[in-house]
Amino acid sequence: MADALERAEEFFLKKFNLEERQLEQTIGKALGKKIDYADLYFEYRTNEAVSLEEGMVKKAIKSVNQGVGVRAVAEEKTGYAYSDEITIKNLEEAARTARYITSDPSVGGPVEVKSGTVPRNLYPIGTPVSEIPVQEKIDLLNRIDQLARRYDPRIKKVMASFASEHKVVLIATSDGLIVGDVQPLSRLNVTCIAEENGNRQVGSFGGGGRIEYSFFLENHRFEDYVKTAARQAIVNLSAVEAPAGTMDVVLGPGWPGILLHEAIGHGLEGDFNRKRTSAFTGMIGKQVASDICTIVDDGTIPDRRGSLNIDDEGTPSHRTVLIEKGILKGYLQDKLNAKLMGMSPTGNGRRESFMHIPMPRMTNTFMLSGETHPEDIIRSVTNGLYAVSFGGGQVDITSGKFVFSASEAYRIENGKITVPVKGATLIGNGPDVLKRVTMVGNDLEMDAGVGTCGKDGQSVPVGVGLPTLRINGITVGGTK
Amino acid sequence: MISNEELASGLLKKATSKGITAGDVVIVEGNSFDAQVRLKSIDKLSNAHEKKLGLRLFFGRRTAVCSTSDFSSESLDRLVEDTCHLARCTAEDPHAGLPEPAPLDPPDLDLYDESILKWKMEDKIELAVQAESAALEYDPRITNSEGAGLSHSDRRVVYSNTHGVVGSYPVSSVSFSVSPIATSQDSMQRDYWYSSKRKVRDLASAETVGRTAARRALRRVGARKIRTGEFPVVFDPETAAELLGSVSACVSGYSVYKGASFLADRLGKAVAASSVTILDNGTIPSALGSRPFDGEGLATRKTTVIKKGILESYLLDSYSARKLGLHSTGNAVRSIGDVPSVSHTNFYLVPGSHTAEAIIRTVKRGLYVVEMIGFGVNHVTGDYSRGAVGLWIENGELTYPVEEITIAGNLRDILMNIELVGNDLELRSTIASPTLKISRMTVAGN
Repeated sequence: MADALERAEEFFLKKFNLEERQLEQTIGKALGKKIDYADLYFEYRTNEAVSLEEGMVKKAIKSVNQGVGVRAVAEEKTGYAYSDEITIKNLEEAARTARYITSDPSVGGPVEVKSGTVPRNLYPIGTPVSEIPVQEKIDLLNRIDQLARRYDPRIKKVMASFASEHKVVLIATSDGLIVGDVQPLSRLNVTCIAEENGNRQVGSFGGGGRIEYSFFLENHRFEDYVKTAARQAIVNLSAVEAPAGTMDVVLGPGWPGILLHEAIGHGLEGDFNRKRTSAFTGMIGKQVASDICTIVDDGTIPDRRGSLNIDDEGTPSHRTVLIEKGILKGYLQDKLNAKLMGMSPTGNGRRESFMHIPMPRMTNTFMLSGETHPEDIIRSVTNGLYAVSFGGGQVDITSGKFVFSASEAYRIENGKITVPVKGATLIGNGPDVLKRVTMVGNDLEMDAGVGTCGKDGQSVPVGVGLPTLRINGITVGGTK
Repeated sequence: MISNEELASGLLKKATSKGITAGDVVIVEGNSFDAQVRLKSIDKLSNAHEKKLGLRLFFGRRTAVCSTSDFSSESLDRLVEDTCHLARCTAEDPHAGLPEPAPLDPPDLDLYDESILKWKMEDKIELAVQAESAALEYDPRITNSEGAGLSHSDRRVVYSNTHGVVGSYPVSSVSFSVSPIATSQDSMQRDYWYSSKRKVRDLASAETVGRTAARRALRRVGARKIRTGEFPVVFDPETAAELLGSVSACVSGYSVYKGASFLADRLGKAVAASSVTILDNGTIPSALGSRPFDGEGLATRKTTVIKKGILESYLLDSYSARKLGLHSTGNAVRSIGDVPSVSHTNFYLVPGSHTAEAIIRTVKRGLYVVEMIGFGVNHVTGDYSRGAVGLWIENGELTYPVEEITIAGNLRDILMNIELVGNDLELRSTIASPTLKISRMTVAGN
């Protein structure tokens, strides 16, 4: 995988007429006696998107974003400056600004950087999606439109979009490391609105990852996205009011893993725990889930939206066990928080772009499969809710309260799935909810690849996964 | 070095030579600064200069948008080529096009504070430190902090199109906030408060913001769940503004013509209680949502969206207006790399005559909501279900804090059931509301 690094390094040095020696000097300029660490993050990103509505691809956009961020760290302080003009003058200026966090005037000498290694390429790509002619993507959206309308005459509106990103990064650090990566990312989304007797309902589905364009055409993938979105809209036409109050809930496999992301994942990010502001503060080694729950964050799964060869500080991504058989095992760390907490970085230092300071973030967060057949889980519930698809979620890190909103759900009555119910928000308490898990299915599924996580105004792509799960007694926010 | 205006007109000229029929350019250039302090020392400092350009081109009724932060001449040449290529690939859209030519004489809305650039780093950090200290020192139960932040930005927006319309304006914004944590026994509660303005001198004091944040965190300490039922719900101005945010999204011309809004086809009909009047006004001097012209060079204005409960107008740009057979309301927004869309300017509900206390006094048993979380709002159907934090009202008095509950209803009913409107409107953000009482909603808990 020296390949991606060489490509990244050569790309930046050539494009901006820089020499490796100048990067070494800039890192030195950001350092001083009181600065513990400094790094440079170069980014060159192109994004392209086409979208369809009313049977027409009427929107096509493309953007180029480039820049460099310079960071200096002194104990828990971070100084940061970035510029979208990559010149040696701006690099030096940014280094000066970043150092402002200490009033110490000393400046370090150049720091020699050696090429770091990226252990493996999780997303080897022959032809970048950006090199596929835009007309092919437009043709795909038009096929999607026809497929959705053919699914059911009650599908009245179809919206579809295809977006791709090609990102080249180069990271040079005062640890003496220089490492680069080429990170592709695409997604395809379909939304259908069904209408019947004035009742209008919506259904959405999509997928993607760090993959080639052919991914969407293989294994009926795009056809499945269309069917799922259209089916959801039609199902919701007959949805009744959702129940209100505490009840047993069965979560379907895959995307409902957003539960883990909100209830557990954010609360285990290193920054909140170092500051002791998380509801999980000081709970390592304690039981936070029932003993059938094992949860990991894994940035090393090939092709996935949440995966990374290296994080945005140059640390290779890891598989981190967060909860093992119910016991809290670990936090998600970036360099700064790991150092302050006397732990090791876990490859979770991520940032939205060169304009942002890295912080601990999730990659792909999921629960391992259990032993129960999913049908037995549904059969076990007398009166409850079966939720198979969700919109977004949110968590209050400090109180631990989290929500996530169902977009496709059904009642379970006497062990049988009966009527569809309207979307409703589920609310729970992070350190408590997984103790209520009584059954874990043998059917772990990862989501289809559309997740985006927001924290402190920074968005990064993530993945989630879940086997079918039974939770006893969670509050369902319906109206009946 | 050429000005951004010259850069814009140069690009349009170059594009015209490639055979385009129309086009426009937006250039935004400016600076941003962000400081975070925590437990009285610097946590993060970030500083930057940015410049971005967006180009939209038309070949008749076909269009595309490209943007860049790379201003090398090769990059700009490629930008024009790419935009032309993409535009030729898109479908003929009979409603596509620039707005009708209209003279642009932007008013000075006093949106820029030049003193921001001279503001000393020490003084900025000191303001954040003081605000956090005011919270930490307010009560011994304030034991920790997520920190205090201060950020500001200043930028100059240039717009130019092939009708010969050229305009520019400078804007600035500055804000600071504090997030203290209150502790009791083994549980923690966080809340925050902020002040956000166009000008440094209009900010609230560090003391006021810090103490308010502390009070907000403290009142949540010891929160419990309540039982499920239907109750009157009073939204404080912050959460009422979030309700209004959903209304803003649902009166956007784009949601309306796509049929993706519960307010589609409702123009001229009663959609809210008769005490409800909602305005969008982009011309309020120094306000956070004001702008002299919109994202396609049309003057902003004051639009009555809902008048005494009747839906009077959607918020429109020229495209969504043409789709609906209406006229633009000057609400086009343009994120640099995207086609125009619609957004509110200053969107607010006109205050009534009741104080918040008087409204709470009318509730025998019900919920006073102070925070909502989650995204459980379906704009197509109006279904609304969100997590909430609040204070329980018993016999007209606020009693204990409540959490881990949801509030749910449908926006159609929620708007119709606005029973009382407070007198406490303050334009703290681009969306603002006074206190609102909804006669009934479902509260789910135990």
